[in-house]
Amino acid sequence: MDLNLFRRTKQLEQQIDGFFDKLSESSVVYRLAVRLYLREGLNDEFQERLERINRLESEADTLRRDIEKQLYSDTLIPDSRGDVLGLIETVDQLLSQFEGSLWALSIEKPDIPDEFRNGYRKLTNMVVKAADELALSGRAFFRSPQDVPAHNHKVMLYEKEADAISTKLKMAIFASDLELSHKIHLREFVEQIDSVADLAEDVTDRLAIYAIKRLI
Amino acid sequence: MDPLILIFLSSGLFLGWALGANDAANVFGTAVGTKMVRFRTAAIICSIFIILGALISGGGTTHTLGKLGAISALPGAFMTALSAALAVYSMTKSGLPVSTSQAIVGAIIGWNLFSGSQTDASTLTKILSTWIICPVLSAIIAIILFKMHKFTSKRISIHMIMADAYTRFALIIAGALGAYSLGANNIANVIGVFIPGEPLPALQVGTFIFSSTQQLFLLGGVAIATGVWTYSKRVMMTVGNNLGRLSANSALIAVISHSIVLFMFASRGLEAWLAGHGLPTIPLVPVSSSQAVVGAVVGISILQGAAGIRWSVLGKIVAGWVATPLAACFICFIGLFFLQNVFGLTVQ
Repeated sequence: MDLNLFRRTKQLEQQIDGFFDKLSESSVVYRLAVRLYLREGLNDEFQERLERINRLESEADTLRRDIEKQLYSDTLIPDSRGDVLGLIETVDQLLSQFEGSLWALSIEKPDIPDEFRNGYRKLTNMVVKAADELALSGRAFFRSPQDVPAHNHKVMLYEKEADAISTKLKMAIFASDLELSHKIHLREFVEQIDSVADLAEDVTDRLAIYAIKRLI
Repeated sequence: MDPLILIFLSSGLFLGWALGANDAANVFGTAVGTKMVRFRTAAIICSIFIILGALISGGGTTHTLGKLGAISALPGAFMTALSAALAVYSMTKSGLPVSTSQAIVGAIIGWNLFSGSQTDASTLTKILSTWIICPVLSAIIAIILFKMHKFTSKRISIHMIMADAYTRFALIIAGALGAYSLGANNIANVIGVFIPGEPLPALQVGTFIFSSTQQLFLLGGVAIATGVWTYSKRVMMTVGNNLGRLSANSALIAVISHSIVLFMFASRGLEAWLAGHGLPTIPLVPVSSSQAVVGAVVGISILQGAAGIRWSVLGKIVAGWVATPLAACFICFIGLFFLQNVFGLTVQ
């Protein structure tokens, strides 16, 4: 056995924790960026936040590759390796969604009328809550899998709430006097934001199975 | 030294090789099969600890086998070991799980029948009882260890990656203990029948004098270790895959339970301690490491609702436990007949 096993294991443990830190950090930055856009539109501060989320996403990518490489080269956790890789890959998709959503705001600059801003704000808060709870669930999977169902339950609640807000918002948008093209553009952004919670729920579905496998 | 002695000893060494090839898989099979431990690491540890176990603690079980049948003529011992090895080989070819312990006991009884020697009924009963006690005891120990593991793992939150490192480390420690116990408990199967004949002259190395028995223990240990190096990898991979439904932790518990049971049936120290405290002693008998592992796996499966037990496989294993000693007994009887009547050798 490699005598450095415990040192390298500690390092890998920190990398996995670091990966979930990127998720938590990204959700905070995402929330601040969307709220800033709703309040002030595109400005330098928004661009800074966008750059920050880009950095976080690429750092998370690097961590993901390192984790995958180590798991395979050191043949670690043979029972759960596939599950961990699946988890990290899907969480990475969520991080890409945060980035993609902010890029879309930056490029397409949607014109959001005042009466819908509160709806967008509420939706953003809810999807970020789902992502935060997912980060807790992901961390629990590695340390105390018996706690995963409680976190997953909250993610699902936030996702349902986000769906309700997005449906209400879309109905309000399409009931307004705006041009159809404007309505479709606004709906696109509702779906962009809502998909964060959908992705979070997809990850929890996987996590639920992975956690059961660990507990057997 | 008569070169004929080496030819006669070869059957014991063959049996040792077969034991190393097969039974090392019970110790390190799951760890290597699941890639938790590299084969090279497993083989080094296994070889060292099997030889140590044979040299330090191999005496107890050898004594019991000697009581079952004191084979004093070398050709008789040769045929006894050879028939055990052939029984093991034929059972393996038939896809039945093997036990060298049962094969050698069957072969000794075959020798007793041929030579007209009385089989010590109390020793035989003692050995036969362990074939039931061993897997049952192993299952009970596995259940206790599994419950303890569940209890503690729910209360201590260790990161999965760190837990994996601990499991690897524990698999190596348990494997070393298992290899030591295997050497201590099963060396009697390999060279036990040759000991009464004292075939090797005492060897002086410096100030140390190695008796015939000590040299046999060393030779037997080396034969087992050779089996580990040359053939056990394939068996380890098979065991790892067959037990694929076990998690790494369950596999670890199975190996620890197996090692504890083998050690209990080989330790003179434990026997003396139990006797000293007025407790019932555990007989010093070579038990099957396969039986111990199977017992532990069944114990864990029962705890998980018995859904994981493949009853047909279990039935096959039990059939093997009955067929192996019978086959060895039969082969030995026929073989001795040929040795005595065709080759004119003294077998008793």
